[in-house]
Order: sequence, then structure tokens, then C-alpha cells
Amino acid sequence: MLKPLMFLFGAVALIALPHGLSFSQQEILVFLVINILLVTSYRLLTLTGEWSLGHVVIMGVGAYASALLTKELGVAVPVAMFLGGITSALLAVLLSFPLFRMKGFYFLIGSFAAGEIIRLIWKRFREPFGGVRGISGIDPMPDFSLGFYSFDFFEPVSYYYFAGVIVLACLWVLWRIEKSPVGLTFHAVHWQDKLAQASGVNLRAYRTLAFAIASGFAGIAGALQAHYVGTVNPNSFDIEVMVFVLTWAIVGGTTTFYGPILGCVLLTVINEIVLRGMGFEQARPLIYGAIMILSILFLPNGLESIVQKFLPRRSTAKSDRKAEA
Amino acid sequence: MMELLAQTGLNAVYAASYISLVAVGLVLIFGVMGVVNFAHGELFMAGAYAVVALYADMHLPFFVAVPIGMLFVGMLGLLMEWGLFRPLKDNPLGGLVASIGFLMILQSLAVMGFGVRMEHIPPVTQEVWRITDKVGVPVARLYVIVAAVVLLSALWYFLKRTRFGWALRASAQDPEAAALQGISITQTARIAMFIGAALAGVAGALTAPLVSVNPHMGHSVIVTAFIVIIVGGVGSLEGAIVASVVYAFVHTFVTTFSDGVLADIVGLSLMLVVLIVKPTGLFGSADRA
Repeated sequence: MLKPLMFLFGAVALIALPHGLSFSQQEILVFLVINILLVTSYRLLTLTGEWSLGHVVIMGVGAYASALLTKELGVAVPVAMFLGGITSALLAVLLSFPLFRMKGFYFLIGSFAAGEIIRLIWKRFREPFGGVRGISGIDPMPDFSLGFYSFDFFEPVSYYYFAGVIVLACLWVLWRIEKSPVGLTFHAVHWQDKLAQASGVNLRAYRTLAFAIASGFAGIAGALQAHYVGTVNPNSFDIEVMVFVLTWAIVGGTTTFYGPILGCVLLTVINEIVLRGMGFEQARPLIYGAIMILSILFLPNGLESIVQKFLPRRSTAKSDRKAEA
Repeated sequence: MMELLAQTGLNAVYAASYISLVAVGLVLIFGVMGVVNFAHGELFMAGAYAVVALYADMHLPFFVAVPIGMLFVGMLGLLMEWGLFRPLKDNPLGGLVASIGFLMILQSLAVMGFGVRMEHIPPVTQEVWRITDKVGVPVARLYVIVAAVVLLSALWYFLKRTRFGWALRASAQDPEAAALQGISITQTARIAMFIGAALAGVAGALTAPLVSVNPHMGHSVIVTAFIVIIVGGVGSLEGAIVASVVYAFVHTFVTTFSDGVLADIVGLSLMLVVLIVKPTGLFGSADRA
């Protein structure tokens, strides 16, 4: 009874949300929606215990692929977005051969190196990647009408609805993957790798699978961004952006599905609305850095640990009941 | 052609000397504390800005400004050890993230204090030490080379010949056993952090008049340092020095004969190949990560 009501309320709130905001805040909202997909896909990779520093570049691969497909080959935008995700996933499979020979710190540095190489290739080769200035004039999503609502993609609100639906669908898929036997195996690969291996789990295959899925969704996020902004360039996918993603995930916490989303939403609101609105423009990285340090020092399990304190632990309550029965 | 080769070789020696100062510091910190200091490039930047403030703005002599800058950055290192790495001792990923936070703080302090544009520093000396008519080393670069040789030799002597150095190496090898022998792990961590940071700081201070000083200069420095410590083997000081020389020669020659971006790609590919073929690096033994 309560649950459908809450869903209805959530849906209404999400639909109504942009109408209370200014134009620039609506634009930020679009980026926030895209970033939520980015950080949630990143979390799927961290499930297997690996922290990558190349995730934003992988997102860029999706953006570049989608932009080039529409510009050079005339592929329809929605199809190109999907193919952008596929490109990212395929590239991840390719990268997994060198990268998954490494673990932990070495993987971190290796993924960073691989990402930088890709980024420098975009920078170096003007054909077809456009060099330092990247690709501009990317086709926007064509307007269409659903009868009760017509999408005009010059309006951020329209793009918010469009991206929001895609992101929600992607989040649902990611959620289902995590709750499936495959997702449980990802956890096992992280926490009980020896035991999992002894039970016949192919660790390497599962790590590659997680990497490919996470990269595919990051690619879709990149494509969504590319067709909204209209330009892509190597600097919009550099390590600084990666640091933001890492911060969202760590400040939010990565043991729950909603942790990174929480971190992303809260820090974006603080960053864009509070700090920019209050005129701390120059000090923003400073405050971001301080938040990062303070949260790792005093809240090592992330914001989600606060939420968990106040929420009744449904899953444990259920298993308790089972134990009693 | 011979002259171009010789000149490029000399340029590479200069690059190798400041890269090795940075990389050795990074390796020392990783060896003793087991934490990857992502803010190392910004410590280099802090050293350069110390020279901007003391030498360019306050007109102190260059050779007074450099040691003060070195001490200042060493102090920043102590601050990091006390505020970040000691509380996060059992959380290596946490230490890494905290150092990224510290990096952002240093960067925006530099932006707020000095602005985003490049700083122009009056040259220390315009003299060039001529070897032949067409081949020579600017004296300002010679200072960097000499400083690197002197400081790294001093560090080598300190580590191999003094009691503190023994203690440092012992706690890098096996912290628990070292602690049982009465070595204060906190103390050795503090010394390692001070030396490591000061080396990055002095490299930044000495090269400040030769490069474009800006708040984001640390990025390419840390990328280079990572390549070097991976190629040399994480935790190996000798490896870091050898890898600095190798990397500097490869990078300088590719830059001269092709272009800078391609040189970066080659450098990063070198690191990936080492990671794939021999993750412990050229000189690494058992890994600690």
C-alpha cells in the first residue's frame, strides 16, 4: 500500500522538479542526471574490488563514438547513443587483457595510464578526433512528440525528461544485474576470491564482465552528454573529472546502490547551487578537497552509513524472521 | 646532426635530474608509509611558487629562496603526514583519496594567491656553459643537475650510512619487525615524508625560472613520476633514478624529433608494457602494494 504511493510521489516530484528551477539550474540538473548514471556504473566496477582511474575516459569513448557515428556516418542519434555504449563496452573488453593482469594499486595506475593514452590519442590525431579542440556541432537529439508532450531539445527541461527516462532504465538494469546471481558473484569475486575460484568461478571472466558492463553504461552517459552539449574535447574527460566521480563514490559510500547517487546529488547541490550561488567560485576546489578529506577521515563508510542508521534494516529483519521460523 | 644529438642528450640529462628528485621522493614516501601520494606534483608546484613569492616578488637572492622553499614544502609534507596519512594508516585507498583532496586544496590556494595565469620569473642567470660552438647547457639548468647529484648522493649516504637511514630502510622493509626493534614508526614516517616532500619542493623551486609556473603544473609532473616509479619498480630508489634517466632520454628525444604529445603517449605506453610484462618494475623485488 505504502510502496506504490511512494513511487507515485517520487515520480511526480521528479517530473515537477525542473519547473521550480532557473534555466541554469535546469541545465545543471541535466548534467546531474547524466552523472548519476556515470557514478552508478562506476560502482558496479568497484563491486569486484577494483578502483579504476579511467572510467571518465571510457565515458568519453562513448561520447566520441556517438558523435562520430552521427557526424560521419549519419546514424540516427538514439541508435548512435546505444552504439556509443557498445563501443565503450567493447573497448573495455580489449583493455581488460592488459589491465586485469594487475590488481589493486597497479590496476589503479594501469587504468590511469590506459585512459591517458586514449585521451592523448584524441589530442594528437586531428583526423577523425579533432585534436585539442575536439568535435563540435554534434547533432542534437531530434525533436519529437508523444501526443501529450512534445520534446523540444533546445529546452533543458525536455532533455531532462529524455535523459531521465534513459538513466532510470539504465539504473533499473544495473540494479537487476546486481541482484542477479551474476551480481552476487561480483561480490564474491571481491570479498572471497579464493573461495569463489575454488567453487569454479572464473574470476577473470567475471571481472571483465563487470568492467564491460560498467563501461557500457558509462559510454551511454557520455553519449547523452555529447548530444546535449554539442561538443566533445579531450579536456572534458581528464583526470580532474575522474577525481569528482571518485569523490562522489567515496563520500556517498559504495556498499549500497544508492550511496554513490547520494554522494553525487549532495555534492553537486553543494557545489553548483550553494557555492556558486554564494560566490565562492575560486575556492570551490578547495572546499571540495576539504570535504573529501573530512569525509574520508570522519565518515569512512560514506553518507550511506548515516542513512542506514536511520532506516530500519529491512533485509536483516527479513532474514531474522526467517531464522525464527 | 651530431650537435643536435648531443644537445638533445644534454637536455635529457637536465630533465632526468629534476624528474629523479621528484620520483625518489615519491618512492621514499611509498616505501616507508605504503601510501601513494597523489599530491606530489602539487608539492613540486608549491616549491615553484615559493620561489615566485620569495625571489620574484620579494627580491630575495635565488639561493636563499630555494632552501626556504625546500623547507616550506618539507613542512607541508609533515602536515600531510600528521593530518592525513597517520590517521589513515590502515586505509591505503583512504590515504590516496585524502592526498587527492590535499592536491585540490593546494591548487586552489595557488589560484587564489597568485591567479591562474602563468608567472613570469626573471631569469637567475642568462649565461650558457658552452661545450662547443653549438652545444651548451644554460647555467640555470646546470644548477638543477648539480643539485640533483648532490642531494641524491646525500640521501644515499643518509640511508646507507647513518642510524636514522637504517631505521628508515628497516621500517620500509618490515614495519612490525622494525617496531619490535625499538624503531618509532611514526618518527620514520615523519622523516620520510619530510625528505620526500622537500625533494619535490626543491625540484620545483630550482626549475621555477625555467618552466611556466602555473597552478596546474603539477599534473604533468605527477604523471611523469608515476611512469618513472612503475618502470623503476615501486619501492626501489635505484630503480627510480635509472628509470628517470631512461624516461627523460626517451621523452626528450621523441619530443625533439616528433612532438610532445606523442612523447607522452610513448612514455605512458612504456609504463603499460612494464606493468604487463613485469609489474614489479625493472628493479622491484617483492611487491608491497
